[in-house]
Amino acid sequence: MATLDEIKKSALASLWFMFLTFPIMVIRVNTVENEIEWRWTNLLFIGIGSFILSFVWRYMIKRKEIGAKEADESTDIKVSLGQRLQEDRRIYMPALVFISICAIAFPFVFSMYQTNIMITALMYVILGLGLNIVVGLAGLLDLGYVAFYAVGAYSYALLNYHWGLGFWTVLPIGAALGALTGIILGFPVLRLRGDYLAIVTLGFGEIIRLILENWNAFSFGPSGIANIPRPGLFGIELSLHQNIIYLYFLMIALTIFTIFVVNRLQASRIGRAWIALREDEIACQAMGVDKTKTKLTAFALGATWAGMGGVVFAAKTTFINPASFTIWESIIILCVVVLGGMGSIIGVIFGAGFLILLPEYLRAVSEYRMLVFGAVLVAMMVFRPGGLISTSRSPYEFEKAENSKRNA
Amino acid sequence: MEYFLELFLGGLTRGSIYALIALGYTMVYGIVQLINFAHGEIYMIGAFTALIVASVLTLLGWPTLAILAIASFAAVLYSSCYGWTLEKIAYKPLRKAPRLSALISAIGMSLFLQNYVLLAQTSDFLPFPALIQDWEWMEPWAHIIGTPEIVIILVTTTVMVCLTFLIKYTRIGKAMRATAQDKDMVMLVGINVNQVISFTFIVGSATAAIGGVLIASHIGQINFYIGFIAGIKAFVAAVLGGIGSIPGAVLGSLVLGWTESFFTGYISSDYEDVFAFVFLVLILIFRPAGILGRSETQKV
Repeated sequence: MATLDEIKKSALASLWFMFLTFPIMVIRVNTVENEIEWRWTNLLFIGIGSFILSFVWRYMIKRKEIGAKEADESTDIKVSLGQRLQEDRRIYMPALVFISICAIAFPFVFSMYQTNIMITALMYVILGLGLNIVVGLAGLLDLGYVAFYAVGAYSYALLNYHWGLGFWTVLPIGAALGALTGIILGFPVLRLRGDYLAIVTLGFGEIIRLILENWNAFSFGPSGIANIPRPGLFGIELSLHQNIIYLYFLMIALTIFTIFVVNRLQASRIGRAWIALREDEIACQAMGVDKTKTKLTAFALGATWAGMGGVVFAAKTTFINPASFTIWESIIILCVVVLGGMGSIIGVIFGAGFLILLPEYLRAVSEYRMLVFGAVLVAMMVFRPGGLISTSRSPYEFEKAENSKRNA
Repeated sequence: MEYFLELFLGGLTRGSIYALIALGYTMVYGIVQLINFAHGEIYMIGAFTALIVASVLTLLGWPTLAILAIASFAAVLYSSCYGWTLEKIAYKPLRKAPRLSALISAIGMSLFLQNYVLLAQTSDFLPFPALIQDWEWMEPWAHIIGTPEIVIILVTTTVMVCLTFLIKYTRIGKAMRATAQDKDMVMLVGINVNQVISFTFIVGSATAAIGGVLIASHIGQINFYIGFIAGIKAFVAAVLGGIGSIPGAVLGSLVLGWTESFFTGYISSDYEDVFAFVFLVLILIFRPAGILGRSETQKV
């Protein structure tokens, strides 16, 4: 178990982190009253915390190395848990029924507040699935995803403000505008290499936010747009409570629609082209896949979902301003995709559930939310690049093909 | 003419600061082909450390010059340590992973460090003590350029000269250049690549910390968020000059500093930050290799 050598290593790590965090964690200067606050207890926490964490760190690294060695040696394809759940009808049919019942009953059992949180989580599921097309399937790191979300939200807010268009009219318009911006932005930048692409999309995201903030005549600047109507239901007047339940079911429907589309896309020709492009661009081009067109489709489809999400977001909050569309929003969505497992639908749903619901219920520590998000991104990349529920491509089974040939 | 000169020198100051940060980006990129997204945060931590040390020493009543020296030293020391630790935790385990993973890890680290400072210190802007005193003989030119600006330009020039010397003529500098060219070959001839990479991170972080102290005492206030925008702009500068090239980073920074300064001086200051991003997008579309960079063809 823990040998003397390991303890020594951990003790050194803990001393190092105590030294490293000393000025920022311990000293706090009150510049107004010119007082120094010494917070020695923090140092103690850091010391103990890093002592324990360094054991965990080494253990995880070791496990990862063993895992890599095993994967190298064994030839049979490992089926992940997510895959098993998806493929075994005996498990997933009852699970599906159970989840549907829970989903339908949820707004009637729990309070309005809970329903609202659930709506937010579903929103992130949709956004996550949209980004998953771009990042997970096509392997293009898009850090400006929130720009398309903003386009959707502002298109509903402005079209409604100027011409009084309703939610259902704007939903497809918002989606189309999102896709259009995706194509306009994507066209010049998709030639770039992966990491440049990330920075340029980040730049685009910030440009759109800064324009929304500064161009007062167009977007009403930082004060935003208020009194955006909620979605209508054939002109029936709904109370606030009913409205939220309505919105909840709308989100459920939209989520199911998204899952359906993404699932079909994944298995389609274009979906396979995305995955191939992610794995090896040059080989993929040699096989006759049009690189630009394929990437552009991924970008545009991802943006479509962001645009749609934006419209729903504007309708849900009834007030939007540029502050909702910062780069960190993009990173939270990225975090949802990365945590769940890039390219995996169930993974994204779980990721959104974890990252959005947990901080809501752990209100006491919610200020540490972004800190934890950062740590999660690093830890996931280091230890489990595939995410919590990683995908494995469904292998082509020869026997089945032969059987069907024989039957035919 | 005087206004032009003021803008010119303002741009030069700005560019010098960008250059100090851009160097870290470009050196790291040259060696490990990774955009060190958390580099801006290292700069911010340098500024914060200097602020904390300076405030403590001011309350103890030390002389200004000693405070300046100790605060700068502490900033450089701590930034280097953070840079080193950052590399060990977030990038070293990912050396063989796809580049996307390392980039996501870098973003995570940036988010983590920002919130770490936010939670441990404060989200408000903190006043930074004016460590650089005005020189009396500068009085007649004070309306064009202040003492801090002169100091910034001088310090940057010194750092550049030292760095050029380090990379051109020392053993470790030679190892760095070799590692940038071919990592496998370097290992074969017995150079410790891990050491070279660690050293690069340390040097890059140290220059960023110098930039942090200078800009903080020039502007007079800092908060946890200063690293993000500064980092992005320095990155723009590094890309503009040709990422991976050290003279390129300096040139790109100066060009960016001047264009920004003239743009805000003559046209409009509303869209200052938009401008840097538009600039970045345009460069990457029309000349992705930058001014001094070589364009590489991708190999199979």
